[in-house]
Amino acid sequence: MVTRTGTPLVELRDMSISFGGIKAVDHVTVDLYPGEVVGLLGHNGAGKSTLIKCLSGAYKADAGQILINGAEVDINNPRDARAQNIETIYQTLALADNLNAASNLFLGRELVGPGGFLDDSKMEAETRKIMARLNPNFRKFNVPVSALSGGQRQSVAIARAVYFNAKILIMDEPTAALGPQETQMVAELIQELKAQGLGIFLIEHDIHNVMKLCDRASVMKNGQLVGTVDVNQVTDEDILSMIILGKKPAKAA
Amino acid sequence: MSNTSHSPATQSAPDSGFGRFLRATEIDPRLLGMVGALVLIWVAFEAYSTLILGRPSMLLGAAQADANGFLTPRNLWNLSVQTAYIGIMATGMVLVIITRNIDLSVGSIMGMVGMYMGLLQVDFLTPALGLGHPAIWVVTVIFGIVMGALIGALQGSMIAYLNIPSFIVTLGGLLVWRGAAFLVAGGKTIAPMDDTFALIGGGSFGALGRTGSWIFAAIAVVAVVWGVVRGRKARTLHGFQQRPVWAEWFMGGLICAIILGATAIVNSYIWPKGNIKKYYDQLGLPVPDGAEFGHGYAYPVLILIVVAIFMTVLMTRTRFGRYVFAIGGNPEAAALSGINTRTMTVKIFTLMGALAGIAAVIGSARQNSATNAMGNLDELYVIAAAVVGGTSLAGGVGTVYGAIIGALILTSLQTGMVLIGFGDGSYQRIVIGIALVLAVWLDIVYRKRIK
Repeated sequence: MVTRTGTPLVELRDMSISFGGIKAVDHVTVDLYPGEVVGLLGHNGAGKSTLIKCLSGAYKADAGQILINGAEVDINNPRDARAQNIETIYQTLALADNLNAASNLFLGRELVGPGGFLDDSKMEAETRKIMARLNPNFRKFNVPVSALSGGQRQSVAIARAVYFNAKILIMDEPTAALGPQETQMVAELIQELKAQGLGIFLIEHDIHNVMKLCDRASVMKNGQLVGTVDVNQVTDEDILSMIILGKKPAKAA
Repeated sequence: MSNTSHSPATQSAPDSGFGRFLRATEIDPRLLGMVGALVLIWVAFEAYSTLILGRPSMLLGAAQADANGFLTPRNLWNLSVQTAYIGIMATGMVLVIITRNIDLSVGSIMGMVGMYMGLLQVDFLTPALGLGHPAIWVVTVIFGIVMGALIGALQGSMIAYLNIPSFIVTLGGLLVWRGAAFLVAGGKTIAPMDDTFALIGGGSFGALGRTGSWIFAAIAVVAVVWGVVRGRKARTLHGFQQRPVWAEWFMGGLICAIILGATAIVNSYIWPKGNIKKYYDQLGLPVPDGAEFGHGYAYPVLILIVVAIFMTVLMTRTRFGRYVFAIGGNPEAAALSGINTRTMTVKIFTLMGALAGIAAVIGSARQNSATNAMGNLDELYVIAAAVVGGTSLAGGVGTVYGAIIGALILTSLQTGMVLIGFGDGSYQRIVIGIALVLAVWLDIVYRKRIK
């Protein structure tokens, strides 16, 4: 059970962002504690991904504050987010298809040897180590990731987030393209990372995964926050009605 | 993880002896295709010249002085010089095309930079420093490269920060810089260039000579052997599976053989008698009996080699190169990884401009004059060279060595057509145009088959 006392690991306070007059995120506040998984739910276009991109540095919010461990931080680009130990697994995976697994894993954070030249052997060795942990069947280290299966590509994207000792992990539909076995693998990984004290924002459509993996769920509709509920205190029906009707169930606090 | 199998392309290559050979040596089959095409073109021109035109062929034992087919030291040496400036620009065009851009302005940049270099020498440096001052060529070269780089930076900034498509910016550049080249001297030709500067363009005096070329070849061979040994050490260090020893040394040996063979050919092209006399006249000595000089590598070719090595290291061993590929593969992913794609675009176009500046140095040194038409239509040959050399216009894929082989193929077609009597530019254009379309079609067919 997650103890939600003291300072949250992340607090997105009163966030707003518009695109061409459309309010994609409208005064939304969510928070996340260490060792907790918070599900972000809502229809397509509800603003989940946009909200989360403000935290990962892909977008800059028009208004609102981002607090990490209680201190306000300025996140202007993906590098700022990474400097705060925020790692993101995008729905699109954000892999360069023409590069191999190691090059993708270290993209933007390459290991260099003397003279500032890339140390590809070292990067491949490190990639082999982390993949041995995450996906022991992974063998295709020397081909572009375009030659990998959906699950293999996913494991490269996950490895990238895990390798750099993230404290805050954002996962945008991590199991959408996966088979049952790989989905189970991701579920186990989430439990493991939780146990290590990471905070995880999980964007997820499958209500069963939400009930199984998340501690709390924040539901969004039309850019606004419908409400945040403790998953243990509600049923999946309650959450579905929040998503569909945009109304918070009466019994949930 | 030392037991992990390391076998690229396992699923595609057929398990024949040749497939195993390709896998073991890790030769890109497309490289093989390009080299094959090049050899075919060379042999075809030689055969046409010998069999149809009845010219003496060195392959059939004719003397160098008599032979005038394609495969003569003289023709191959000239080919190497003519390939040089197209090849230099093509190495930069690879980066531009990998990042899903295009640069149509390089020929015009060459023309304008050439004119300003001529103007600088004739109107400013020579009067200020005196005729033949050794600083003239240095200042001119630096000026040319910097000017090219600045133009590239300007175009790159417009592409990156104003979001104007590179096709439009550089199409505008093509017109603007060509027009400016005419206005620099009102359409007049500026000549002659500084004597030392002119050596950069090649010629009997602008070459390394026999001894120098052999020393150069020896250094290159040592570097290849060192590279093989070092590569094996790096793989051992991390416990990766090694390539078979025979494959490693076969590749190393093949590269060394090509280096030594090329050196022997450029060294066997002997100086014309007039140049030998000029050489001894300058020394104030009579021409001794049987005096013979070999050309060796021409300076433009050496510049191409240096540029090629620099660009290859940049593309394969540095973060910059890795980011170029990442942007080409998935621009969004590159940006999300914290890569500043805008400054990368500016840097890539700056580099392209600097390379066009180097090409302008070689071009005007070779002509020993600055003309406003220099580099006209060369942008198309440069793009064609990169594409024939395996650079994908869809982005993300391309190699520096491929672009240089592409430049060699195009220049071979161009000079070969002249050699067999189709000196009229129309035929050259028809042949090169067909070759370009054919090369891209073959590449598409090949990619489909490996999928």
